[in-house]
Amino acid sequence: MKIAVVRFPGSNCDADALAAAAGAGAEAVYVWHRSTDLEGADAVVLPGGFSYGDYLRPGAIARFSPVMRAVAAHAAAGRPLLGICNGFQILCEAQLLPGALVRNGGLSFVCRPVRVRVESDTTPFTARYRPGQCLTMPVAHGAGRFVADQATLDLLEREERVVFRYVGGNPNGAMRDIAGITNQERNVVGLMPHPERASEALLGSNDGAAMFVLAAATAVA
Amino acid sequence: MRFRARVRVMPRATILDPQGQAVAHALGELGFSGVTGARVGRAVELELEAASAEAAREGALKMCERLLANPVTEDFALDAVEQA
Repeated sequence: MKIAVVRFPGSNCDADALAAAAGAGAEAVYVWHRSTDLEGADAVVLPGGFSYGDYLRPGAIARFSPVMRAVAAHAAAGRPLLGICNGFQILCEAQLLPGALVRNGGLSFVCRPVRVRVESDTTPFTARYRPGQCLTMPVAHGAGRFVADQATLDLLEREERVVFRYVGGNPNGAMRDIAGITNQERNVVGLMPHPERASEALLGSNDGAAMFVLAAATAVA
Repeated sequence: MRFRARVRVMPRATILDPQGQAVAHALGELGFSGVTGARVGRAVELELEAASAEAAREGALKMCERLLANPVTEDFALDAVEQA
């Protein structure tokens, strides 16, 4: 299992994501955003941070990085693609996931552990959890409020594509308490909380570690 | 010919705009009575090289659709296209 962690200018959770992937037993490599291939990676992680300083909108500029063409092809081939925090924002901007992430309802940057419930175990990243399981992972974002039109929200619910939902408090005002979603093919997942910052007991929680343990069978659709 | 285009990008009316709410609240605190609402958006001034004003306008509209506004959450308007 080879996991590529894409580094954009302004990524700041890339090292954590690489460590979490390596800790899960994968061969973890960095891929620079100007690269045009993913070095044969089975799975790709777009890490958190502030790519391009969040200019215009979070993820709006990163979406046009050269590597995103390869990332889109990787997703179209049914291979696992995970966007964490800024990575989730980039996936929405790139329209690889529906909806958008806008300024937190309370306007403040929120940086604290939150509880999320696993709503679906039918994605490569949540296969090792059980539906209904609650996890503690930190959030750290100023624009994490998931929004979409009613039709899209209803579709996400109907197709069970809400993967994570905040429980015991919604940190950003996200519609329907949505913390993470997947695409129709279920190989692309985006979430605002940081599983890589909850990947070892030493960090306060290892609830996120299993997200990086990917089955070889999920590598190729 | 050189043109200057002014683009206005606003959060869609159906989406909560906490920034606008905070601004309206602050204006009230400052003693400005009668502020019943505020919305905060973004203005982008583009300097363009185009064959005509019409071409500049068309180009600017495409830029709005592709990058300057998020079609999920924002509306845009092209306020002016002037020869620079």
